[in-house]
Amino acid sequence: MASNKKYWKNEAELNPNDSIVETLKQNEFVEEIPVDEFLGDKESLSASSTNRRDFLKYVGFSTAAATMAACEGPVVKSIPYVVQPENIVPGVANYYATAVANGFDFASVLVKTREGRPIKIENNTDAKVAGNANARIQGSVLSLYDSTRLQGPMQGKEAVEWSAIDSAVKAKLGSGKQVVLLTQTYASPSTTRLISQFSEANVNVKHVVYDAISEEAAVVAFENKYGVRALADYNFEKADVIVSFGADFLGDWQGGGYDSGYSKGRVPKNGKMSKHVQFEANMTLSGANADKRIPLTPMQQKVALAQLFARLNGGAVSGEIPESAAKAVESVAAYIKKHKGNAVVVTGLQDVNAQTVALAINEKFGGNVVDVDAPKMIRQGNTKAVNALIADMKAGKVGALIMDGVNPLYSLANAADFKEGLGNVDVSVAFSTNWNETAEAVTYVGAANHYLESWGDVEIKKGYFSLMQPTIKELFDTRQLQSSILKWMGSDATYYDYIKETWATSVLGAADWNKALHDGVFVAPVLESEEVVATNEVEVDEEVENAAKASLASAVRSLSNATSGDAPFELTLYPKTGMGDGQQASNPWLQEFPDPITRVSWDNYVTISKADAERLGVENVNVANGGMDGSYVKITVNGAVLNNVPVVVQPGQANGSVGLSFGYGKKAGLKEEMQTGVNAYTLYHEFDNVQSASVEKVAGNHEFACVQLHKTLMGRGDIIKETTLEIFNTKDHSEWNEIPVVSLDHQEKPATEVDLWDSFDRSIGHHFNMSIDLNACTGCGSCVIACHAENNVPVVGKAEVRVSRDMHWLRIDRYYSSEESFEADDAKKDNFDGLFGDSGSLGGFGELEDPSANPQVAFQPVMCQHCNHAPCETVCPVAATSHGRQGQNQMAYNRCVGTRYCANNCPYKVRRFNWFLYNNNDEFDFHMNNDLGKMVLNPDVNVRSRGVIEKCSMCIQKTQKTILDAKRDGRVIKDGEFQTACSSACGNGAIVFGDVNDEESKIAELKESDRMYHLLEHVGTKPNVFYQVQVRNTNEA
Amino acid sequence: MKKVIYRNQIFKVLGLSLVLFMSLSVSLLAQEADAAKGKSLFNQNCAACHSLTRKMTGPALANVESRLSEDEGLDREWLYAWIKNSPGMIKSGDAYANKVYNDFNKAAMTAFPTLSNEDIDNILAYTAAPPPTPVAAPAGEVATASAGSSGISNELILGALAIVFGLLVVMLILVNKTLLRIAAANGLDVEREKAVNRTPIWKAFIQNQFLVLVTVIFLLLGSAYFAYGWMMQVGVDQGYAPVQPIHFSHKVHAGDNKIECKFCHSSARVSKTSGIPSLNVCMNCHKSIYEYQGNPEGPSKEDLANGYTNEFYTKEIKKLYKAVGWDEENQSYTGKSEPVEWVRIHNLPDFAYFNHSQHVSVAGVECQTCHGPVEEMEVMYQYSPLTMGWCVNCHRETNVKVEGNAYYEKIHAELSKKYGVDQLTAAQMGGLECGKCHY
Repeated sequence: MASNKKYWKNEAELNPNDSIVETLKQNEFVEEIPVDEFLGDKESLSASSTNRRDFLKYVGFSTAAATMAACEGPVVKSIPYVVQPENIVPGVANYYATAVANGFDFASVLVKTREGRPIKIENNTDAKVAGNANARIQGSVLSLYDSTRLQGPMQGKEAVEWSAIDSAVKAKLGSGKQVVLLTQTYASPSTTRLISQFSEANVNVKHVVYDAISEEAAVVAFENKYGVRALADYNFEKADVIVSFGADFLGDWQGGGYDSGYSKGRVPKNGKMSKHVQFEANMTLSGANADKRIPLTPMQQKVALAQLFARLNGGAVSGEIPESAAKAVESVAAYIKKHKGNAVVVTGLQDVNAQTVALAINEKFGGNVVDVDAPKMIRQGNTKAVNALIADMKAGKVGALIMDGVNPLYSLANAADFKEGLGNVDVSVAFSTNWNETAEAVTYVGAANHYLESWGDVEIKKGYFSLMQPTIKELFDTRQLQSSILKWMGSDATYYDYIKETWATSVLGAADWNKALHDGVFVAPVLESEEVVATNEVEVDEEVENAAKASLASAVRSLSNATSGDAPFELTLYPKTGMGDGQQASNPWLQEFPDPITRVSWDNYVTISKADAERLGVENVNVANGGMDGSYVKITVNGAVLNNVPVVVQPGQANGSVGLSFGYGKKAGLKEEMQTGVNAYTLYHEFDNVQSASVEKVAGNHEFACVQLHKTLMGRGDIIKETTLEIFNTKDHSEWNEIPVVSLDHQEKPATEVDLWDSFDRSIGHHFNMSIDLNACTGCGSCVIACHAENNVPVVGKAEVRVSRDMHWLRIDRYYSSEESFEADDAKKDNFDGLFGDSGSLGGFGELEDPSANPQVAFQPVMCQHCNHAPCETVCPVAATSHGRQGQNQMAYNRCVGTRYCANNCPYKVRRFNWFLYNNNDEFDFHMNNDLGKMVLNPDVNVRSRGVIEKCSMCIQKTQKTILDAKRDGRVIKDGEFQTACSSACGNGAIVFGDVNDEESKIAELKESDRMYHLLEHVGTKPNVFYQVQVRNTNEA
Repeated sequence: MKKVIYRNQIFKVLGLSLVLFMSLSVSLLAQEADAAKGKSLFNQNCAACHSLTRKMTGPALANVESRLSEDEGLDREWLYAWIKNSPGMIKSGDAYANKVYNDFNKAAMTAFPTLSNEDIDNILAYTAAPPPTPVAAPAGEVATASAGSSGISNELILGALAIVFGLLVVMLILVNKTLLRIAAANGLDVEREKAVNRTPIWKAFIQNQFLVLVTVIFLLLGSAYFAYGWMMQVGVDQGYAPVQPIHFSHKVHAGDNKIECKFCHSSARVSKTSGIPSLNVCMNCHKSIYEYQGNPEGPSKEDLANGYTNEFYTKEIKKLYKAVGWDEENQSYTGKSEPVEWVRIHNLPDFAYFNHSQHVSVAGVECQTCHGPVEEMEVMYQYSPLTMGWCVNCHRETNVKVEGNAYYEKIHAELSKKYGVDQLTAAQMGGLECGKCHY
């Protein structure tokens, strides 16, 4: 029975006439829903005819429409040329010979262009001098497409017309004040002639040459001795003994470019190779490659050099160096005497005395190695003139200052003085490709051409000329200084006409301009006759000779008396392999390039020895995510302070010395990611690369992006096999290039004979192999950047590199030894006996982990080994990676689903995973997210997407192209035609690529070499990349 | 008829037919010079630079003889001399010769020493009174008429058949009725037996679970098959025929005029791309071909239905002139050009590498193998699916062309021995490896 009971919530409900109750019954929400807040103006809303149902209809319809539209393929436009240039066939690359001359790097190169876009730098093999592109030159093509480049002339931050700059400069030409051109070293016959014509026409024009990193001591020493402001040239190929006192001649010492000759002399031929002894403070590429390396502070190096001179020439000098160094000097002296004529001593000390002594030794003992008749012209900087200019500027004597290729406000230690002087200059113009510190302070900024857009010529070495030609039209409204000078002189001629005229009158003689332009290089034919004259010139004034002897003696004396200052550390400043003098700081390839020695990218840092680090309480720690952290220090030099400089504890750093590299710490005009490191130029007082410094620990830790930690090889001789020249010459290769054995049916068998799989027949067609000679590899890294450029390898940035997500397809591993040499490591490991005790493995392995104070160093380029029995192929669940008949391990990106099984199963760790979409992604603001930067991409190689594995393809696009060209011509392929990006970039001849089925080929010969071994041979992967055992010439004289 | 600079088979045939035509129909006129011969000569020798009615590289030539004699007082002898050796006349300082030379941008007229006076007479006759072009319309009309009549006859036959069938049906009904009436009259019960207790077939089907299961499985499999087929079509643009900014007819160029594909798509021989011809390539011919004069047989019915008239094509040529910046009046480039944004039809994904020269130059594959009957395409479309399966199939089936190619000698000898075949397919040569196309 239904109840009549009434329930109520509110007393008011009992009153049937209550209006509120009635309203509540009708309407749940008494107050209106505040739709105004989210629908805006109520009036207009109510006036609108769109009601809720309409709204839903529209949403539904548009969603459906969008879905339908997504099924349609996008419409792709294809736009042909209106008038196709004669030499351009879309899809076919053109090559042009040109030259780099940016004041720091000088080389003759080939430029590969596609549809008119330069995309790759190659070595110019026709060049007799500096035909090899180093890592920075390889990377320079990306700087052309730098989105932060200046796009036109500017006045302050405002864009102006070129005419404004022209009239401002012209107005100053006739005035009483000086007009000064402050430029980089051009070493250019045409520019020299142009500037001298310019200053003849305008008497107040002065030219000051300024090198950011000075080699003036060597230039002055050479000038004193030979009368030319130049640098001696060295042919290290012919050297039997190379002794270096702090000269990183495999790096950027005196402009670099010596590694190719050095490498040729380092490969044992007929049982002989050169012997290389290095006395140095920082661990450099040269020190890493040396047979014997003696860590000495710069002051000790001076004394050692003086002692060497004394031992070679009789007599004794004062000055003390450690006993081991003295011994080394003694044995080196004996060795030099034995190899008179083929011994060379080089020094990187910025000290005229040291350079003079080195020249004197070379004159006597290095006749076949040193070339003083055709010296190098690539460092012309005059520090005295620069300082005088600053004084003139301050005094208000300078009416106009025109700068090109220099950035003094960044690269001068006394930048503040320069800035003060700049305030007293009426008109200042800075020609630059990028916005920089100097551009911020000048009146006008002239947007300059990249060298790939410019005309030019270079005389790298006396009589050896190179031509620079544009490979693309100016991308922006830019103009090179030379064209501007021609304009200011009132000439209508282009700089091209001017160069042609210069060459016709004073360079070419009877030779053809077009051929010179085609080859990019030209050797003056008069040189040979000149050489004859030079050798005949033996009459020397006795008085002059005596004076020279006296000055030499005083030079030696002052060297031997060298003492370090009061400060506790001697700081050696050096250019880093990737960054050089810092002018390409906005280049992401170079920023991400790991330093060959420390393997740190995106940073500079102070290197310090372990003993000193412990003394100062600074350290490197490896944190959980695999990254390396370093303490901060404060460096004080002569009143200048650099704060928060991160520390890298560098094995092999001489105690009492620290090192710091130039080229970092730039801020102006750079994207935030590129503003890395600290500016070492602020400590570069008086252009001396050696400074007395005090170093103090400060609070905080720096996060490094380090691709390989400072661990050693731990005696694992099957990764890097090495031996000494003596053993190499006297013993059978089975002893020093042992084939690992594995157990099969309880019998030990050579790993090469044991096979789980049936092998395919690879004797038909091409079979590509690559040989890497550890003796010829200096670790310079140009192959790394060449690989970047050829294969569209993405840049991932510092944070990603730190968590080991770097994408380099080709890496150069660097290994230290824990004893003085790798052999000592091996011996120690082999002598482990039991777990405990002195020779126990428990403690022993721990000891092996730490590199010694002066370790041996080995470099090993590692890319995909293209194993014939590839572990990666068998584990791929979708068969995305497979093997080709030609030996290449192929990777089909579009098939890959990103399980990463292959990367886990790869014993060489060469597979790279795309953790993110690196192109078109503003999170990775490098070059692949803007249209300009994308122009550098190789159109023949896929740009990989997120979630796929990528790796070295052995440049299959290049081998396929070679094959296709041969098929089209209907011919057989010659040896040497097959190249990969790394093998063609390697000017040292360390990387050789080819078809082993071609019996005549060099690679087939190398495969049969006694020195050949495979990486981790016992794994049985049967790689198509093989290495040549490193041989060190360590036997004492 | 379309304008073509140099001799062309069509013109030869056409010339001959014209001669026939003229000799049959107009021979009674018995002119002293043969305008028909003149026309063929004109087309072979003069048409590259001259038109009858308009200025081109050279002046318009309609009634040139009378014009010269009236305006300049120059006779036919002067014309003989000029045509046979115009540079000589200019050098010799002839006043009018120099005037013409200067008026036309100093473009020297080619000397025609091979033309006889008689030839020149013929040409002049043609320029004085061009023979009427064979009128295309009647042929078209005839065609239409015949097509129409066949249509009518078909309808008639069908109609007749329909009437016959209708009569048959009526007759059957009548016969049935008559039989029933007779049966009723005879007292026979012809009522059909009724299925009383039989379950309808659909119920029986539902009750049989096994049958239901099997049917469902088949349905699912079938739908999966069709769904798969449909989904595999996603991204396949076979038959894609977008509207292009300029209506370029491959049929007219490659079909009617038999221009070789690689004459324009020259980079197919050496490059990975076949290359869309740049506009300067078009202008090599279209400098003198400024209007479309139609198919000699006249536009087909189909063409007319699509609006592909002579005027239509001529308008497209003008679009080209606009894009390349060609000033027809002054026969010179204005320098104002605008690139043509063609809609790309054949789009391989970026991860697939394809090289035209490998297929065209090395393998000698005809363009039509992949691109279909381009010479018949009024509007270009994608003929092949361009899927990986399609590529791979061809690689499996096609033999490598090794003859006369020194590159292949060794590898072919060794591989064919290994596989025991005379002819290697592209697949056996390694053409199925992933890395050959994906890198």
